[in-house]
Amino acid sequence: MDPATAREAATLGIWTFLATEVLLFGGLFTAYVIFRIQYPQMFYEDHLKLNRVLGALNTVVLIGSSLTVALGIAAIRKGKVTLLRFYLFLTILLAATFLGIKYVEYTKKFSHGLFPDTDIFFSLYFMLTGLHGIHVLAGMVALGTVLFLAGRGRYSESYHTPVEISGLYWHFVDLVWIYLFPLLYLVG
Amino acid sequence: MKEHDSGIRTYIVVWGALVVLTAVTVSVSYVHLGMMNVVVALLIASVKASLVALFFMHLRYESRLVWGFALTPIFFLVLIIAGTLSDSLFR
Repeated sequence: MDPATAREAATLGIWTFLATEVLLFGGLFTAYVIFRIQYPQMFYEDHLKLNRVLGALNTVVLIGSSLTVALGIAAIRKGKVTLLRFYLFLTILLAATFLGIKYVEYTKKFSHGLFPDTDIFFSLYFMLTGLHGIHVLAGMVALGTVLFLAGRGRYSESYHTPVEISGLYWHFVDLVWIYLFPLLYLVG
Repeated sequence: MKEHDSGIRTYIVVWGALVVLTAVTVSVSYVHLGMMNVVVALLIASVKASLVALFFMHLRYESRLVWGFALTPIFFLVLIIAGTLSDSLFR
């Protein structure tokens, strides 16, 4: 397979995987829609118990990490490996920040007696943000692997498909949060 | 995936737009608009998602085939939600 065809195949592969991811979250989004219509009062009251400021802060953190990944890919497209590694490191740092803030939020909720079995809203809140959190972790592992391999000189101006592919995955994680944040924190 | 001069300035502008839109959606959420709150929030989220997909995920530069792969799951997502709603709403 020539390199261009290989890259095209990899691109289609990751988009196919992302399609299955959309539908994985899709089931939970469907549950959200159904129960929100059924229990508008509960969703309204409960969403006020979430910390809008921390949620917004985490949104900005994830958007920033999307930017650093994009800049990293732009760097390796010009063959700048050191710059790529710097941006990947920054991205992983931002991902860790996101999880750190999420940890603070969870702890606060637990201390206020709000658990996944409190009611349907918090059940969905913990399921959706928990599943998303797992994706953040997976993204950190993927980007960490790419960072490690970049250090071994695997990527260059002419070959960096894994960087692009894991970048696409990372942007997807950002995409999911772009919807989760308003649905859970802003409109309940 | 075509190689192109992935303008760093474009990335920064898109990032700025995403941050501004986040600020807007949070501000609007403090204003009571009833059902319109949901509409506005989803609209802003979709603009942000489009920006990420088009620029950060390079969809702008992709072939029609990749576009097809990217858009198909949205069709199925709508189908699942609409199908489930058509049942749960009229029970």
